[in-house]
Amino acid sequence: MKYEEFKNNDYLENMVKELQANGVNVAVSKLDDLINWGRSNSVWSFLLGTSCCAIEFMTLGAARYDMARFGFEVTRNSPRQGDVLLVLGTITNKMAPLMKRLYDQLAEPKYVVAVGGCTISGGPFKKSYHVVKGIDKIVPVDVYIPGCPPRPEAFYYGLMQLQRKIKLEHFFGGVNRKQPKPIEE
Amino acid sequence: MDIKDKISTLVPGVEFKEQGDLIAVIPAASFHRAAEALRYDKEDAMDYLRDIVGMDWGETLGALYYLESTTTHARIVLRTETADRENPLLPSVSDLWKTAVIKEREAFDFFGIRFTGNPDMRRIFLREDWVGHPFRKDYDEKSNELNMNNEVNADVTTEYTLKADGTLTTEKHVVFEPDDFVVNVGPQHPSTHGALRLRVALDGETVKRVDPVCGYIHRGIEKMNESLTYPQTLALTDRLDYLSAHQSRHALCMCIEQAAGIEISERAKYIRTIMDELQRIDSHLLFYSCLVLDMGGFTPFFYGFREREMILQIMEETTGGRLIQNYNMIGGVQADLHPDFQKKVKEFIKHMRGIIHEYHEIFTGNVIVTTRLKGVGVLSKEDAISFGATGGTGRASGWANDVRKHHPYGLYDKVDFKEIVYTEGDSFARYMVRMDEIMESMKIIEQLIDNIPEGEYRVKTKPIIRIPEGNYSTSVESSRGEFAVFLESHGDKTPYRLHYRSTGLPLVHALDTACRGQKIADLIAIGASMDFVIPDIDR
Ligand code: SF4
Repeated sequence: MKYEEFKNNDYLENMVKELQANGVNVAVSKLDDLINWGRSNSVWSFLLGTSCCAIEFMTLGAARYDMARFGFEVTRNSPRQGDVLLVLGTITNKMAPLMKRLYDQLAEPKYVVAVGGCTISGGPFKKSYHVVKGIDKIVPVDVYIPGCPPRPEAFYYGLMQLQRKIKLEHFFGGVNRKQPKPIEE
Repeated sequence: MDIKDKISTLVPGVEFKEQGDLIAVIPAASFHRAAEALRYDKEDAMDYLRDIVGMDWGETLGALYYLESTTTHARIVLRTETADRENPLLPSVSDLWKTAVIKEREAFDFFGIRFTGNPDMRRIFLREDWVGHPFRKDYDEKSNELNMNNEVNADVTTEYTLKADGTLTTEKHVVFEPDDFVVNVGPQHPSTHGALRLRVALDGETVKRVDPVCGYIHRGIEKMNESLTYPQTLALTDRLDYLSAHQSRHALCMCIEQAAGIEISERAKYIRTIMDELQRIDSHLLFYSCLVLDMGGFTPFFYGFREREMILQIMEETTGGRLIQNYNMIGGVQADLHPDFQKKVKEFIKHMRGIIHEYHEIFTGNVIVTTRLKGVGVLSKEDAISFGATGGTGRASGWANDVRKHHPYGLYDKVDFKEIVYTEGDSFARYMVRMDEIMESMKIIEQLIDNIPEGEYRVKTKPIIRIPEGNYSTSVESSRGEFAVFLESHGDKTPYRLHYRSTGLPLVHALDTACRGQKIADLIAIGASMDFVIPDIDR
């Protein structure tokens, strides 16, 4: 992909251009933009890997797909240290209360990415008596990454969508995050 | 003496069924006596209990016991049942084979059959407050709503004993004493290789007892199978043990082909065998990476994944999938080999042979590794057999159990390879078995890769396959042990019961024995060296 085609950081570049046009070398920009720039490029994911999708996620950490290039390579195994809950693999009825508890333990602001068909709708196990038919019934989901398992490229795309979402937030003033309440049972 | 005569003299009036597998139907009253006699038989002691398959035959509830002798490798199936559906009781064989403890728990969980004499009759996969037993044919799938309350685990188990006069007595066994210091590991833990939960009682740093809690990834695949047609059931096997995807699917395809009388082409056999071995190398490389990662090393993790990616790329070109490939089909394989397949495989083997020394240099001889693996987590040969710990774990304890050698399938009777057996039974031996098996797998592939015959890669089959009534089974050597398929057909287009032998369940069960007296820090390394995959345990 050519540099110009990758529109991810264009607002930053515009900002820099604007500043330079006015001859400023001290940035007095909106603090929000800076915070969001920082946050979106250091997304720490908290992994809840239960099944096949988790193995495919491991390849992202290895050399060929190297996710460190995009600023989300730090993975944590404690909910206290994560920004985003990555649900990798089937969530069963027995696991569901635990997933909810882990989500509750994440510090705000927090995000959820549902990876794989299983987390989106139950996937191949939709007819099972012991599988949750979509984790969005339990926790609010920000990004869905379909696939069984998703290809590494799809993981990237999904996580970049999350980064874009983070960039649009207001840290100061206003409500930070308007999330629909999870569906009550 | 013929096994049929032997059983007939043991239990007068025993019936035999011979549609597919040979099954001896033994009344529950004399079952334990017959099982004991077979277990301690002089000529070929049936000392390996492959699996217990709970069954609901409508009128009766019961179980099938698949036995094998580790000396002669003869196999036999026993069947026993009870007509009491309200309060079904069967005699336990947990005093003869240790693995029966956990397999009978599974049958209790799914069918509600209580085994008298089993010290542990808790549920194993489903929540303890689950209502009903889902594998019964009359189970209502809607009867358990999603329960978002936390589960409370009992610390006491119940043993049922049937007295001679027909009364039932209960006895309590304590899993954890009230003042035991219990540490909870998992189910959300990076080093339990999936959603496994272990409750560990500690005395200082020393492990006193490990109690595995399974079922966090129980998807009810076997129950789903009962409403799927045979070609549809294939899709779910890849999701059992995703690092043995080809091998598991190979087993199921073979079972259906054998039962339906479908003959596959020589080319398909070559392709299947080569793919199985590539998968084994893939899995063992991941094993290496994970073991290292669990012990705190990071660089070797990249080594393992570097070569694994090469295999994934070869597979992807032919099958279209990286991890889940859905490649084996009834009658052959889904697509022909990619034109570059042979060239790339040969390149890979050359590369791998030239680079494996790096693996050993950085890890195998390392002083931290040897002190943390050698002499740690020892499993004796007797225990390995009694637990049914097949695969690399059993072979590290000196039990020669390779299905490829003793019950050859595919092309394994035509190729020359060595069965890797170590005798130490510790974590290091388990590690070395896998590393040596990588070399053997490459040897097998080299013998086949240039001789793949021309021909059909798949014979045409009907979209709806009906299998004649009977019981059929096949087993393969998957990346981590004996994977077997047990099928009972009643002549329909869907299976009456399709059960898979989990390779990991006996390993998790044996964890308690291997870890007692070891340090808590080594628990993770012992688990990693056993190399279980949880979705295959919970199914
Ligand atoms: S979506 Fe597919 S690959 Fe992912 S966990 Fe579910 S079955 Fe496995």
